Amino acid sequence: MIEREQVLHVARLSRLKLSEEEVAVLERELSSILDHVDRLAEIDIEGVEPTSHVVPLENVLREDLPRPSLDRRRALEGAPDPYEGAFRVPSPQAEA
Amino acid sequence: MTGTGELEAVIGLEIHVQLSTRTKMFCGCELSFGDQPNVHTCPVCLAHPGVLPVPNRKAIEYALLIAAALECEVAPRSIFHRKNYFYPDSPKAYQISQFDIPIAGAGRLGDVRIHRVHLEEDAAKMIHVGESGRIQGSDASLVDFNRGGTPLVEIVTEPDLRSGAQVREWGQLLRATIKQLGVSDVNMEEGSLRCDANVSVRPSGSDRLGTKTEMKNMNSFRFIERGIEAEIARQKEVIASGGKVVQETLHFDPSTSELHSLRSKEEAHDYRYMPEPDLVPIAPTRAMLDAAAGALPELPAGRSRRYREDLAVSDSAALQLSFEVEWAEFFEGVIAHDTEIEPRAAANWVTGEFAAELRKQGDQGLSETRVTPDALGALVKLVGSKRISHASAKDVLAEMVAEGADPLEVVEERGLEQISDSGELEAIVATAIDENPKPAEQVRSGNEKAIGALVGAVMKATQGRADGGEVTRLLRRDLGL
Repeated sequence: MIEREQVLHVARLSRLKLSEEEVAVLERELSSILDHVDRLAEIDIEGVEPTSHVVPLENVLREDLPRPSLDRRRALEGAPDPYEGAFRVPSPQAEA
Repeated sequence: MTGTGELEAVIGLEIHVQLSTRTKMFCGCELSFGDQPNVHTCPVCLAHPGVLPVPNRKAIEYALLIAAALECEVAPRSIFHRKNYFYPDSPKAYQISQFDIPIAGAGRLGDVRIHRVHLEEDAAKMIHVGESGRIQGSDASLVDFNRGGTPLVEIVTEPDLRSGAQVREWGQLLRATIKQLGVSDVNMEEGSLRCDANVSVRPSGSDRLGTKTEMKNMNSFRFIERGIEAEIARQKEVIASGGKVVQETLHFDPSTSELHSLRSKEEAHDYRYMPEPDLVPIAPTRAMLDAAAGALPELPAGRSRRYREDLAVSDSAALQLSFEVEWAEFFEGVIAHDTEIEPRAAANWVTGEFAAELRKQGDQGLSETRVTPDALGALVKLVGSKRISHASAKDVLAEMVAEGADPLEVVEERGLEQISDSGELEAIVATAIDENPKPAEQVRSGNEKAIGALVGAVMKATQGRADGGEVTRLLRRDLGL
């Protein structure tokens, strides 16, 4: 079960503003997802190494060689409010 | 807390080192400093959908080199994690870092144990325009992703430090060590080496840790020393007055020496780490480990030990020489001039008179000076063999620094060789006593300090060409001491 407080906590971490209805829906939906995932806990994993990657590879590395970067205009194309070559965003300091 | 016993400070450090690779940690964008904003970005470091990070081999090698220098144990297999946080300096809304299995741990540098060494990526640079006043009345921030994704090695110490001064000294040793490895510029002002300190106090001798505060991002070890001292004093006062230290993040303002509490990011530590599914583990091969061990140069701590133990160099000169590899090389050049040169004396000349003369004459760096190690070696030998006096040697040195002069030529031209004829010197000493009856009488009646005036008179008469020790000996003899 997931509590209302946890929904609000996660929303705050993600800077999401939720309406009361959304909180109620998410409480229910997140609970059912977690309950589902919880079923994994029934499996006996005694002696099984934790798996962080499913592919049996190691040390996939890249040489330290520069590749062309994006043209700045292109880099800023998706920015909603570019300013003097930078991504302008609402100040996180101003956030409550 | 009884409040009566002595309190001791307990300090641990977290040091971030920007690696001086050519490209970023997970993409091929070039590293830069001071370029126009956002000219070194790509879909990977801007976190466009569907991109995949690929670790920079050089960054892994540099991390292994740091681990070797800090005598760490390298993890046979380490993985990357996502450290989730929501802030505009991280376009992915997470930083790729390492969590429970860092690349290395359990090391040591000097008398401080290293807890862990891990790899991560730097965040983008933010300019809060409202504060800087670039945009009147604005509360916007500008984000520059050039720095975003720069490879970082984070070094975390055990809480083994006890004072601000110790932090400064150890920090300088760490900085010199990393610099020697050639893996970072370690420029604190430009942020390529950043240091956070966790500070707490506890009753002396206790093995429990008090509540700590974190001091963020101070850009010189002098400031760090002062900031930590201020914070230790504050915490001791809080406890002495019956209060409790509150866990918080502090900023030290070196211009006012004041500590400010940074508004604590609520739930700042809820990073919801998860293994980074886009990156496979790092399992350093024998070849990679051997390469790191083989590439280790002589490091400051070892060099300082060698100078002290094998060459009998004084502690302070050994430290000074060890921290800057150019100075160490210069010193070794000086003693290479002649086997008769005493390394201890040479080290004192290099770090003392020579360094002072460079500062005096236009604050020259070692790379700018026209004095070669060989020439300074010749000078040190002239003093060591008593062919010229210490006073004359200083004059010669000034000329060498000013004009790149050859010490032997200067000595010859100016006739600075010490008076080796004892009859000549005895005559001068006798004259000095005759001409300075007052100090002579004082010395005779037991005021030994007054002999300085007579030594000065002899030096003046000989234009510094007399051996001070010999002059004092003759004066004492003639004055019946």
